[in-house]
Amino acid sequence: MFNNLSDKLDKALHLLKGHGKITEVNVADTLKEVRRALLDADVNFKIAKDFTTRVKEKALGQDVLTTLNPGQLMVKLVKDELTELMGGETAGVNLTGSPTVILMAGLQGSGKTTFSGKLANYLKTKKTKQVLLVGADVYRPAAINQLQVVGEQIGVEVYAEIENKNPVEIAQNAIAYAKANGKNTVIIDTAGRLAIDEALMTEISNIHKAVTPQETLFVVDSMTGQDAVNTAKAFNDLLNFDGVVLTKLDGDTRGGAALTIKSVVNKPIKFIGTGEKMEAIDVFYPERMADRILGM
Amino acid sequence: AGKSKVDDDVLDNLEEVLISSDVGVDTTLKIIERIEERVDRDKYLGTDELNLILREEIAGLLSETSGEDATDFVIPENKKPYVLMVVGVNGVGKTTTIGKLAAQFKKKGLNVVLGAADTFRAAAIDQLQVWADRVDVPLVRQDMGSDPASVAYDTLKSAVAKNADVVIIDTAGRLHNKINLMTELTKIKRVMQKVVADAPHDVLLVLDGSTGQNAFEQAKQFTLATEVTALAVTKLDGTAKGGVVIGISDQFKIPVKYIGVGEGIDDLQVFNKFEFVDSFFK
Ligand SMILES: Nc1nc2c(ncn2[C@@H]2O[C@H](COP(=O)(O)OP(=O)(O)OP(=O)(O)O)[C@@H](O)[C@H]2O)c(=O)[nH]1
Ligand SMILES: Nc1nc2c(ncn2[C@@H]2O[C@H](COP(=O)(O)OP(=O)(O)OP(=O)(O)O)[C@@H](O)[C@H]2O)c(=O)[nH]1
Ligand SMILES: [K+]
Ligand SMILES: [Mg+2]
Ligand SMILES: [Mg+2]
Repeated sequence: MFNNLSDKLDKALHLLKGHGKITEVNVADTLKEVRRALLDADVNFKIAKDFTTRVKEKALGQDVLTTLNPGQLMVKLVKDELTELMGGETAGVNLTGSPTVILMAGLQGSGKTTFSGKLANYLKTKKTKQVLLVGADVYRPAAINQLQVVGEQIGVEVYAEIENKNPVEIAQNAIAYAKANGKNTVIIDTAGRLAIDEALMTEISNIHKAVTPQETLFVVDSMTGQDAVNTAKAFNDLLNFDGVVLTKLDGDTRGGAALTIKSVVNKPIKFIGTGEKMEAIDVFYPERMADRILGM
Repeated sequence: AGKSKVDDDVLDNLEEVLISSDVGVDTTLKIIERIEERVDRDKYLGTDELNLILREEIAGLLSETSGEDATDFVIPENKKPYVLMVVGVNGVGKTTTIGKLAAQFKKKGLNVVLGAADTFRAAAIDQLQVWADRVDVPLVRQDMGSDPASVAYDTLKSAVAKNADVVIIDTAGRLHNKINLMTELTKIKRVMQKVVADAPHDVLLVLDGSTGQNAFEQAKQFTLATEVTALAVTKLDGTAKGGVVIGISDQFKIPVKYIGVGEGIDDLQVFNKFEFVDSFFK
């Protein structure tokens, strides 16, 4: 059940052994296995189909290089295509603006609050920024307490208004507070919300309009399955976000959602989360992700 | 639409629906093979019958594990307190599901005690306290950072002293590939047995409905560490379908008991396999 892709590719590529040239027939057989492996890694159904079509076009007509056998050539084609799709220009965080405003958005439990803390810690220690964390989740039980504990752990001030249930106001007040108190970076943690929840989607759109963030980050659980396509599209349609954060990559998920999201919204994956601790943040490496999806 | 016979197009379309619902390739192929067999047997099978057959075949995969009529946790008379431990990876909805379950048990007139054995995550204890206050049931807690097994032990002691009917133990989210954290769960179980010999009577594994094929490995590893007896699938109020539980239930013979359909106290439903299958086509 859990054969990884390289095993599967190896098996499929046996079909190619002995062929001097990649032909339509053996490419089709191999790509069936590639497609299947992508689906096992949770790449979206349609995107897996498009991907294999594109690899097929590249594979056809390519003469076997003297140094490579057909199997290795196919693996290379698949991997290069994946890496290219997930890469693009590696954009860091946009730290212009005074203060720089960074807005978190995503589904429930994806890791927004934890990542807000990690990013605050990263900007504080690596970029010597004066960071203010803002608790704009007025719904989840103890959401503000959670952010306060996180803030304490990393020594970053948390702005909260316990009595105020209006996240747009809280965010605006926080920016005024930052300006008055020498904070040059504001990270706004928001409540988790489903893409089909109109009231809450309108709310985050209103926060976005009110604070005009330099960075809006879409935080997504790397274990997400086929629904990644719907969610990423809905959040992007509304917020035109600047980047993606993939969390919980310290697990053993293959993380095909990364390919899905990149294909659908074409926004860079800027950071990954690799643990529950505040230091467990890393930049995104497309090639490593390609290996991971392929199980190599 | 417009088709009356189950042909390759119809089956291709079915494959897309199932894969897009996170059913996974293996289970999807299994279902499609079963349907092809029935199409072969009954040559006049039409698309109008397909839905019915599909329901039957998927229900068949779930049937050995989930009863014909969806059922709640049955709380045996002689198990007092009945102890339920809730486990799962990070952020799936364990604490929220516990709050909702506590409310349902309480509504049935049972005395419930909650135990805050997630002593690791920031404000996890406060979060469960909010739920305990909402439902109006007692919570046993220690400070953040204390030993979770010790909290579980205290909770059971307190429940026995209070003559409580039900104990629900919250645990910290943990990824199933972290051996130390999985061993910790086994230890929590063992320590509880010093108070109630056959505790926990059920272990509920919570799966996030938007999770893809990784849920298989979650089910496997949590079952190894804690002998999971039931599943809850959360966040099905969104567009995710949670189809991966079909294969999990089939392979590990664990029933799906509940689905989470929102963040509110009443947003927990007993699992109904037919409604579940129908949701793939909506
Ligand atoms: N293992 C691991 N756990 C993580 C990571 N990021 C977050 N978590 C855990 O995932 C769970 C959910 O994280 P939160 O930060 O509370 O998620 P959220 O998006 O703020 O959740 P809501 O506010 O309820 O929508 C917590 O248990 C975190 O500790 C990660 O990169 N790896
Ligand atoms: N829409 C929706 N949200 C849910 C559901 N169940 C839980 N949530 C939300 O998901 C987020 C995480 O829920 P928790 O109960 O904290 O999850 P957990 O498994 O206890 O998380 P950790 O303890 O951090 O591992 C919260 O924002 C919940 O409100 C559900 O059925 N539907
Ligand atoms: K749904
Ligand atoms: Mg949060
Ligand atoms: Mg919890």
